[in-house]
This record gives sequence, C-alpha cells and structure tokens, in this order.
Amino acid sequence: MPINILMPALSPTMEKGNLAKWLKKEGEKVKPGDVIAEIETDKATMEVEAVDEGVLAKIVVPEGTADVPVNQLIAVLAGEGEDVKAAAAQAGAGAAPKAAPALKPSAPPAQAAPAPAAKPAAPPPPPPAQPIVVPPVAQPAKPATDGHGRVFSSPLARRLAKEAGIDIARIAGSGPHGRVIARDVEAAKGGAALKAPAAAPAGATVPAIAPSMSDQQIRALYEEGSYEVVPHDGMRRTIAQRLTASVQTIPHFYLTVDCAIGKLLTAREEINATAPKDKEGKPAYRLSVNDFVIKALALALQRVPEANVSWTEGGMLKHKHSDIGVAVALPAGLITPIVRNAEAKSLSAISNEVKDLVARARARKLKPLEYQGGTSSVSNLGMYGIKDFTAVINPPQSTILAVGAGEERAVVRDGKIEAAQMMSVTMSCDHRAVDGALGAELIGAFKKLIENPVLMVV
Amino acid sequence: MADTSFDIIIIGSGPGGYVTAIRASQLGFKTAIVERDYLGGICLNWGCIPTKALLRSAEIFHYMQHAKDYGLSAEKVGYDAQAVVKRSRAVSKRLNDGVGFLMRKNKVTVIWGEAAIDAPGKVTVKPKGEGPKGALGPGTYQAKHIIIATGARPRVLPGIEPDKKLVWTYFEAMVPDRVPKSLLVIGSGAIGVEFASFFRTLGSDVTIVEVLPQILPVEDAEIAAFARKAFEKQGIKIMTGAKVTKLDKKGDGVTAEIEDGKGQKSSLTVERVISAVGVVGNVENLGLEKLGVKTDRGTIVIDGHCRTNVPGIYAIGDVAGPPMLAHKAEHEGVVCVEAIKGLNPHPMDKLLIPGCTYCQPQIASVGLTEAAAKERKIEVRVGRFPFLGNGKAIALGEDQGLVKVIFDKKTGALLGAHMVGAEVTELIQGYVVAMNLETTEEELMHTIFPHPTLSEMMKEAVLDAYGRVLNI
Repeated sequence: MPINILMPALSPTMEKGNLAKWLKKEGEKVKPGDVIAEIETDKATMEVEAVDEGVLAKIVVPEGTADVPVNQLIAVLAGEGEDVKAAAAQAGAGAAPKAAPALKPSAPPAQAAPAPAAKPAAPPPPPPAQPIVVPPVAQPAKPATDGHGRVFSSPLARRLAKEAGIDIARIAGSGPHGRVIARDVEAAKGGAALKAPAAAPAGATVPAIAPSMSDQQIRALYEEGSYEVVPHDGMRRTIAQRLTASVQTIPHFYLTVDCAIGKLLTAREEINATAPKDKEGKPAYRLSVNDFVIKALALALQRVPEANVSWTEGGMLKHKHSDIGVAVALPAGLITPIVRNAEAKSLSAISNEVKDLVARARARKLKPLEYQGGTSSVSNLGMYGIKDFTAVINPPQSTILAVGAGEERAVVRDGKIEAAQMMSVTMSCDHRAVDGALGAELIGAFKKLIENPVLMVV
Repeated sequence: MADTSFDIIIIGSGPGGYVTAIRASQLGFKTAIVERDYLGGICLNWGCIPTKALLRSAEIFHYMQHAKDYGLSAEKVGYDAQAVVKRSRAVSKRLNDGVGFLMRKNKVTVIWGEAAIDAPGKVTVKPKGEGPKGALGPGTYQAKHIIIATGARPRVLPGIEPDKKLVWTYFEAMVPDRVPKSLLVIGSGAIGVEFASFFRTLGSDVTIVEVLPQILPVEDAEIAAFARKAFEKQGIKIMTGAKVTKLDKKGDGVTAEIEDGKGQKSSLTVERVISAVGVVGNVENLGLEKLGVKTDRGTIVIDGHCRTNVPGIYAIGDVAGPPMLAHKAEHEGVVCVEAIKGLNPHPMDKLLIPGCTYCQPQIASVGLTEAAAKERKIEVRVGRFPFLGNGKAIALGEDQGLVKVIFDKKTGALLGAHMVGAEVTELIQGYVVAMNLETTEEELMHTIFPHPTLSEMMKEAVLDAYGRVLNI
C-alpha cells in the first residue's frame, strides 16, 4: 500500500503552509529521519522528516506552492517492494489514510500534541502563553457571510449568542472541531469562559468591529496600472491580523519618560572594553544599549510585579518571570523572539542570546516556542534616529516599551542648561490589566535602573 | 506463558464492556476483557436482543391473526412456544459468536473467570466455567487502567422473591417451556411491559401491577396514558398506584395479594409471575470496599469521564448508575477510554440518551418530558401529531400513535421528543441527532422529510408546536 504524505501541521493552530522546497526528488529513496521537504509557515521555516521508508513515488504539490492546507496530499511514498509507478498512479486516489503520520516536523513546535480545542475550524481558544497564534487564514468570503470567516456553531448557540448580544466569533467553542455550542454561550454569558479578546482571530472579529473597504473599492481609487499587487505572505497576514486585533481589542495608553543614559554609556564602554577575548581576538560579548534596556525592563517588572501580568477573562495571569520579547525587523516583516527569564540572566548572556535569536529570526529558523508567550516586549527604533514613538502591544502581553534614539540634548539641571545623553522611551499599557499609576510605577522603576545601571547588578 | 500485563483491563463483556474494549484497542491500548458467563453480557444473551427476537415472533403472529384486515387469509394460525424460544436463543448465539470474532479482530485478549481488583492496577481472575477457545484463564493480571463494566441484575423485593419456577425474572421469562394461561407482571418499566406485551399477544391473560401512579414511569405522562389505553384495549389489565404485598405459591400457580393506593386489598391467582421491579448494579465481590471505591445505592459513583474516586479505576454502564441502557454503557465506555487517551471527550449529557420500549405499540423518547421541563421552570411549546393524520401509517394499518415534541419557548431548543406507535423506536434517532446538534425549531422546519414515511409526523409535530401543522 503506498503511503500518502500529507501536509503536516507544524503547530496546533496551523491551517496552511507554503511548500518551500523539496529536498528529495521523485524516484529517490527515503529513510526515516531524512529531511524531505521544507515547509514555510508565516513565522518560520521547518524541515520535515520522513517517518516511513520507501521511494518518493510522486510529488503532488510542487515546491513554491503557497497556502497548502494541512492534511492535503503533498506526495506519495511507495513502500518497500512496491511498484513506484503504480504508487504514483494512485496519488490522490485516496490511498492509505494511515499515512497521516508519515511526516513529522523535525523541529516539533512547543504544543504539537493534539489540542482538540484548537482545531482550525473555529476560533481557537487561547492556548496559554502563545501570543503569536497563527490565526485562521481568512477564508474565501462566501457571498452570504459579508466577509466573516465562518464560525462553526450550533443553531441554538447562534440564537442564544444573538439574544445575549455576544459576537459568536469571540466565544471559544468546546464542541467537536471547536464548534461553538449552547453551553459555551452560557459560559460566555457568565463571563468566565469568554475567550480572551487578545486571541480573537482578527480574521473573524476585525470586520465585525470595523468593516473596512473591500479590495475592489480600494483598487478603484487608484488608476489601473499605477500600482503592482504583491501577494501577502503568511507573516504579513499575521502581522495585519494580530496587530489589528491588538489595537481594536486592547485599550492602549502611553507613558513617555526621558532617561539620562550617560552613566549607561560609560558603563557599556567599560564593560565592552574589558570583555575577554578568544584566540582570534574576538570579544566574548559586546553589549548594546538595547541589552541594557531588556535587562532593565526585566528587573523593573520584577520590582513592580503587578504590572507583569496578562489579562484573561477568567482572571489576571500574574507572571513570575520576565520574558522579554525583542522586536526584530525582517526584510518582509517583523518577529518578536523572546528572552526568557531575562531578570535572572547576565547582560552578556542576554546580549549573546539576542544575537542568536536575531540571526535565526532573519533566517526564519525560529521555533514557535521561541516567539510565543512573553510578558513584555522591547521595540527599539533608536538606530533609525527615531526620537520617540508608540508601539502596539503584542497580546497577551500587557506592556511594550518603545525605545527612541540616544542623543545629546540640552537639559536643564539646577537652573542651568547643560548637555546630556538622553533617550526617550514610551510604554504602551493594556488598561484592562495595568492602570495609569501602575504603568507609571513600572516605567519609573525602569528609568531608575537604566539611569543607574549599577543597580542592575544588585 | 501468556502476557499478563495490559494497558486497560475491562471487567465485563456486555455491550458497554466489549465496545469499550474495541475503542481502547483502536486507540492503541493493549486491552483485555474479563467475562465470567457470556460474551456480550445480558444485552446480547438475556436482554435486549433475545427479547426483540421473541417480540418479533409475537408481532408476526399478531399480523397473521389480522391477515383479513389486509385482504389476506391465514388459517389455523398458531405458534410453537419452544420454537419461538429456540429462534430467540439462536439469535443470541449468533451475536455472542460475533462478539468473540470482534475481540479477535481487534486484538482484545479475552480472560475467562470471575474478576476482582486486589489493588489499583491488579486484577485477580478466579475460575468460573469454561471459556471460549483462545481465552486466557484464571490468574493475576496487571493493567494501568481498570474499567468496571459488570452491569446489573434483577432487583429482588422482599416478599416477592423470584423462585425461578413460578415467579420469574427476565431470565426465566425469556425461555418459557409454554405460554402461561395467566400472568402477573410486577413493574411496568420497559422489561415489564415488553413481557406483558409478548405474552398477551400469545394469548396469556396478563395483569400489570405498578406501584407508581403511571405505567412506564420514566415516559411522558401523555404517552404513557396513550400506551395504557392501547394495552387495555388488547386486554391487558393494569393496576397503578398498587403494590404486590405477598405471593402464595401453591402447586402450579401463585396467589398474589395486591394493595391499591387506598389500602384496599385484593387477591389474584395466576399461573406465573414476572418480577420486573428494576435492576441493581453488580458491585459485589469486586473488592470495591477494600479499595475504597465510592458507591451510592448499589451503583459506583463516577465523574463525567467515568473515573471513580480511586485513580486508575473506572466504571461504565449499568454498574455506574442509571439510566441502565446498553447504548448509555457503550457511550460511557468510549468517553472513558478517550479520556484516558487524553482526547478530552465531552462528558455524556444524560438528557440526550434515547430510550426505546418494544411493546406493542412501541414507545420511544429522548430528553425532557413535559412535566420535567415544567419542573425546571422552563416555558415550553408543545407540539403533537397523531398517527391518524399520516398517510403511511394509515397505509400500514397502524393509525394509532402519537408524536409529541417539547420546545423551550424562549430559545427554540428542542428539549424532548416522545412517541408511541408503530416503528417509533426506529424514528426517534432523527430527534436525537437534532438535539445533539442543538438545532432549533427553525432547522427542523427547514428539513425535508421524505414522503410517504412515518417520519413526516416528526416534522408535523414540530410545526404543530409553532401553530403551523399541515395535515390535521
């Protein structure tokens, strides 16, 4: 019996992926453990290993194919002693369904275990500590659904939700394949089981909140031929959906302070100058200002633990560690890998870890585990000369620190104007979780640490 | 030396146990099942299935007696009670063999004997009779998970203890050597009325005594009343709110002392008595007391995933509490092993368990009765449709029956459906699916029911609840 190779789900929420590359050709032998293909999701490229032995009889989905749904037949493997041609001919004829496990991702994502509640059909409930869920890719809008992705739900659930005035798309379904059933609506009415809005898939909720113009309407505003249409990749869609959802569901407010970073710059110079060097003269570490920012934010969150939280409908998650996301610009977008337990790590450890994460993020080799979760983030545009800006919170985190350029400014001290190295930072806070005074306390703690880096060693 | 270590051992191979075993095996568990009497348990051997075989004989006999109604002639219509019983036993045997085949096919190890749980994880099987070929024998077995599926047995009430000769339980009633001239049936649940119906059709003079004010106590009152009228028309005598206080066995007959609700005593002499006063869980001799497994009124206490209070020990089916129905047991078994597997199945919703009684006329129901809905302070809409208004029913010569549906007035949720009449046991599943999918009246009204079928009455009843009935 030929073995059907199906598009693997590389994370519990993955619905589609791009078949980036075939590493085996038709007719080539395959052993368990061989990497046979590369699958690209919106945030990462993953290698896929064969589980069974045989000959790759037919490639059904050519490389470079985008948006291949999970479980779609992508290739057929002829088992030992089987006729390769016959197996190839059977491709798509619905051969063995047992083939599902024929592939396994070589870098299994954090939550590869079946999460029945997080099946793709309906909005997945928020898996704990998984901010960058891959939201259901917007389904082709059916004429009757005015742009809504279909939310699978029972007729009774729909009626109850309508009567209660609850958007059914925001209710986490507990029925088969995540179908929303009556008891989910009852639970939502009670408040307890209402899905954290942060994880509400933008695809479903965005149009409900702000019906935007259709593609056609937008195109009509520009002269035909005056633009080029570049198809979105998965990352672009994820950014659009997640950040739209963030801004539309999280009540943001912003706190800005100016930090004097003279002492920090001196300390940095001294530390870097004394870094031990290996044989080739390469220093063991080279700290950036941003490394200090990460460390200071991590410690500030420990000193103001009430601000190290995530809002959920069921209750506030009070985090014990400071897991700091670091926004990394990529040619085609943005990703926020996470430095875990940053409060406990030395500056040099943070520095080297960030370098490694950034390098792998640029190569799109991050595992979902490495960019999901986090308790706060740092976004630094100082290197672009930006003086001050506001950042969009990365749910389910409650804060994000936008860091501007360090520059020499004229400041007034004791009635005198003098020059000082200054850096403006702006903290965005989720008002559901962090109130103004608490946010002020947090950014105050940060300012104290960043201005007196020696406190970070205490 | 056979392997004695398993992932899951199931004690009891009734419909709950053997289905659980198959599902467990499908999920990749190394599974064994212990049985002491018959593969397939009571259901296949002494319950659901053989009684349906008997009732089928009675039904055909009934039609032959009424051949003239259909323009046919059948003379010298009669029956051979022993042949009827023989057919019923053959049906059971066939299915019993079938369970053996299913166990082999699913690589479930059959262990023969009487099981007890010595400690979580450890099952000791003592010798009991001769097992089928290939079954393992007595010994000590280990399993991470032990599922108790030992079922139930007839309840015995003091004063009317069955002697199995004159006073029968369903075991004896199923294999009579002849049809008694007169019969007293104590209890009017499914078992009682099915036997009453069977023996009445074959000519017995049947009396039913029920202690509650209504026969078929779990059914909707209107449906039960409809059935009672039909039974009485067939000549069955029914006493409700009455109880049998004493049985005097004399020669080849029994005299029963019956006390009605007002304390009036009367006596009735019959050839045979069937005690059908319910069943009790088989919780004894399993070692439950020693393990500290919680029981309540003779059944094991479980949670929504069939776990007992002792880790590693589970219970499903009759032994785990009412309703004591084969399909409930099967579903619990599936939920139980899927939960063990970590699949997070939904706990069973007991309101969605249908019930079927195969008397003549048949009874079938699911969900809340009208009274139960009102007790819960739910405002209801009730729809009814009689068999008299259905073309297919009239063509079949079965124009006596009723379909009744109960909706939540506020939400349109279908709360319950209750039917009496020909073939309703095969119809109810339509409503069960509807309720399981949480449909409202709207979807049911938009559903196309084929014509001409009895099922059209199901739609008409829905329409009636909303004032839109067509054919009456």
